[in-house]
Amino acid sequence: MTAPDHASPAPGTPLLEVTDLAQRYTLPRESLFKPAAQVHALNGVTARVMPGKSLGVVGESGSGKSTLARLVMALERPTSGTVSLLGRDLNRMPPDELRRARRDFQMVFQDPYGSLDPRQTIVRVVAEPLTALGRIDRGSLRERVAVVLRQVGLRDADMDKFPHEFSGGQRQRIAIARALITQPKLIVADEPVSALDVSVQAQVLNLMQDLQEEFGLSYILISHDLAVVDLLCDEIAVMYLGRIVEQGRPDDLFAHSAHPYTRALLDAVPRARAGGIRRRRGAQAIVSRATATTGCPYAPRCPLADRHCRETAPALRSVGGAHLAACHHAEAVMALPPVIAEAG
Amino acid sequence: MSDAPLIEVKDLGVRLNTSRGPAQAVRGVSFALRRGETLGLVGESGCGKSVTALALMGLLPESAVVSGSIRLDGAELVGLPDAAYCKLRGNRISMIFQEPMTALNPMHTIGHQVAEPLRRHTGISAAEAQQEAIALLDRVGLPDAAKRIDAYPHQFSGGQRQRITIAMALACQPDVLIADEPTTALDVTIQGQILDLIASLVEERGMSMILISHDLGVIAENVDRMMVMYGGTVVESGATDAVFRRMGHPYTQGLFRARPRLGARKGTRLKTIAGTVPELADLPAGCTFADRCAIVEARCRAALPAVVDVGAAHGVRCIRTDVSMAAGGSSA
Amino acid sequence: MSAPLTASAATAAIAPGAMPATGFWRRALRHRSFVLGAVLSLSVLGAALLSLVWTPWSATDIDIASKLRPPSAAHWLGTDVLGRDIVSLLLVGARSTILVGVIAVGIGLSFGVCLGLVAAARKGWTEELIMRMSDFTFAFPAVLSAIMLAAVAGPGMVTSITAIGIFQIPTFVRVTRGSANAIWAREFVLAARAAGKGSFRITIEHVLPNILSILIVQATIQFALAILAEAALSYLGLGTQPPQPSWGRMLNDAQTLLFQSPMLAVYPGAAIAIAVLGLNLLGDGLRDLLDPRLARER
Repeated sequence: MTAPDHASPAPGTPLLEVTDLAQRYTLPRESLFKPAAQVHALNGVTARVMPGKSLGVVGESGSGKSTLARLVMALERPTSGTVSLLGRDLNRMPPDELRRARRDFQMVFQDPYGSLDPRQTIVRVVAEPLTALGRIDRGSLRERVAVVLRQVGLRDADMDKFPHEFSGGQRQRIAIARALITQPKLIVADEPVSALDVSVQAQVLNLMQDLQEEFGLSYILISHDLAVVDLLCDEIAVMYLGRIVEQGRPDDLFAHSAHPYTRALLDAVPRARAGGIRRRRGAQAIVSRATATTGCPYAPRCPLADRHCRETAPALRSVGGAHLAACHHAEAVMALPPVIAEAG
Repeated sequence: MSDAPLIEVKDLGVRLNTSRGPAQAVRGVSFALRRGETLGLVGESGCGKSVTALALMGLLPESAVVSGSIRLDGAELVGLPDAAYCKLRGNRISMIFQEPMTALNPMHTIGHQVAEPLRRHTGISAAEAQQEAIALLDRVGLPDAAKRIDAYPHQFSGGQRQRITIAMALACQPDVLIADEPTTALDVTIQGQILDLIASLVEERGMSMILISHDLGVIAENVDRMMVMYGGTVVESGATDAVFRRMGHPYTQGLFRARPRLGARKGTRLKTIAGTVPELADLPAGCTFADRCAIVEARCRAALPAVVDVGAAHGVRCIRTDVSMAAGGSSA
Repeated sequence: MSAPLTASAATAAIAPGAMPATGFWRRALRHRSFVLGAVLSLSVLGAALLSLVWTPWSATDIDIASKLRPPSAAHWLGTDVLGRDIVSLLLVGARSTILVGVIAVGIGLSFGVCLGLVAAARKGWTEELIMRMSDFTFAFPAVLSAIMLAAVAGPGMVTSITAIGIFQIPTFVRVTRGSANAIWAREFVLAARAAGKGSFRITIEHVLPNILSILIVQATIQFALAILAEAALSYLGLGTQPPQPSWGRMLNDAQTLLFQSPMLAVYPGAAIAIAVLGLNLLGDGLRDLLDPRLARER
């Protein structure tokens, strides 16, 4: 190996630590005389991932989960807050050092059609994180590409093909191979299976699980699908309008949800079983994320909201060990009977 | 209401010209729907569910060859000239698409777009059409419909846009509503609201609905009867409850088991279906699922299996139901 | 261990590289407007090449005695007011036409693409500055800038080529920036950034290959425009200077005799039309043939 060894920090250092992360985007001005509106995409998010552990992030569109992914990948600078990988602040690193540090964290994107350059061969696509680190001779490059292609269940011969010659599932395998090639410690996967067919989705999820076991990888898995996150993660964070509203182990979260939004998400999942008579859900108002409200951001949709909720925003607090929730009525929510999970 | 089916499809076949040569995208699809009945089509990409929907709408490309019969209230639709089909589309048969943003024209106000089918098919005045459009948008739950009638599609959220396309589809009180993955592009909490809305409208107006989805959960909760499609054929069909109670086809079973489900501990392995969805242009002879089936035999590849009745109005296109159904495969 | 691997890899590397090429030519020969465009463009090129080794008569020899002859066996298209052979003039004129096209488009392409790529990659005030400057240049038509240049440097081929070249830059800047911006918005560029690639390498490795087909098509259109501009400048007397013939100058000379011998204007006009039509058809064809959606046959 020509590259220097990966940095090895003191034991007990979290692999990734994000502290009080906030990101604001300025919207295009609607009028010359009004100040441009801002969107709070992320509003004070704090989380950590220990080596070998995986964090799932769930939420709906506009929850800020993809913004979080881009900030963790240092693709954008946060408005405030820090992202630290192995104790080093990514946004304070000189560009060259950041580039080298990227070998430890790679990303898998949602769209297996858009995330691979249609005009590059697979060997170039997969090797890109390596070639970005520095020069590497062609022979050993092809060898390392062959190794990762085999690890994700593709053949050496696939190296010289173009992305359009592969199906969606195979392309996502290629994207995973590309993320694996620098032997990273963390892979950020933004909706990695949501564009795939159900039967193919299962293959890719199993592959991600195998790689996790084999290499002790950590994932930050961004998904709208609670079941997908449940399958791969040790801890889950539920996001709503740029904030984490509940966080904890999957067991805690699903059996004893402490936030009404988590319950709403669980309840909304259609159940594939006999006798599935339509379960009517009450109409829920949709709130804009541009409006800065006082009080709990979920209050307009929450069946339990009272005056206190509308006036004071709840802080994220422990409701039992590492189980956190941002709800004034967390205890009352936990006392509710669990949302009935699907049989089987 | 009469017992005669509103829409009756017999042995529908569609041959498409793809870049890889002619492909039999749909074969032998038959079903009948009475007023107020709902039918689900479930399957993965390329299984023929959307092509079936487009065939019903008469929206297939000109090069497509349609065989079999589609009867709406007894009138044959296959071979109908396009001009005659235009009078049906949006009027008697309507469709809701997956992506509300692309289904709406960004250059026209929503009021114009909802009112347009009304004016075209019923010939009412612009002012009347406008009033009707406001009423429709109100009915689909768009807040402040009267005020926002002159707004453009980009000023609405995804869920609101889908409500607008539903209003467009319902404008002329169609008899048959085809919903092609109407909630796939939406958030899960919005999905419930939209499906609720569609269900209550179907009930209220006595329409027949064909709901297309890749999601077994959406199918289980929203339709009376379902058809599972694979490789252009219906591999299993029946009352939704009956199918979910006793899945007969290895593919239906595989699809069901492959889904990650809540409460599965970390480290649980999903049961996958080996291989990938076949290309329509090179489907295997015989059973289309043969190449991926765990219990395949030589005779499965000989000819397309006939439909076997495994229960009251529950049919499975498999010659090995004795094995597949003995092995389990129900959701219980 | 690694030797057989690389050997088999090398053969494998050749095959897919060769495949699209053969596919390209097979599809190209079936594409009607591409074939017609190529035939017309190649015949103009052929005429220019032929004129280097052979012309029926000398294109510069003046023979007043046989001026304004109708077409005959000796002079296939007749002679002009100075008794020069029209066919020979057209053949030699093709040379300057092509020269102007190639160099002017070369100037526009190289400067315009570089500036467009920088604008797309840097964004912010760099982009703003480049775009405003190109707007400024765009505001002066080629003819006007040629007149200004000619006032400073004197009329001539170099002046007209430079003026046309500069006039072409803003078009290339706009086309390049627009299509490059679309590529920058694609997810594979985000993936490259996540892998640690800087904007220079992303531009070279991802953006440029993906906009190449658009640029090639634009270049053929600009080539046609350059020919027209050269004709216009020569017509005004700002382009190629006598005795060097060019199609534009032939038009210029024919102007005074438009009522006596209108055919003198028709011949160079037809030659320009053929060249421009050929290049436009060629550009249309290339656009179709290089479109990945059509080429891939997915």
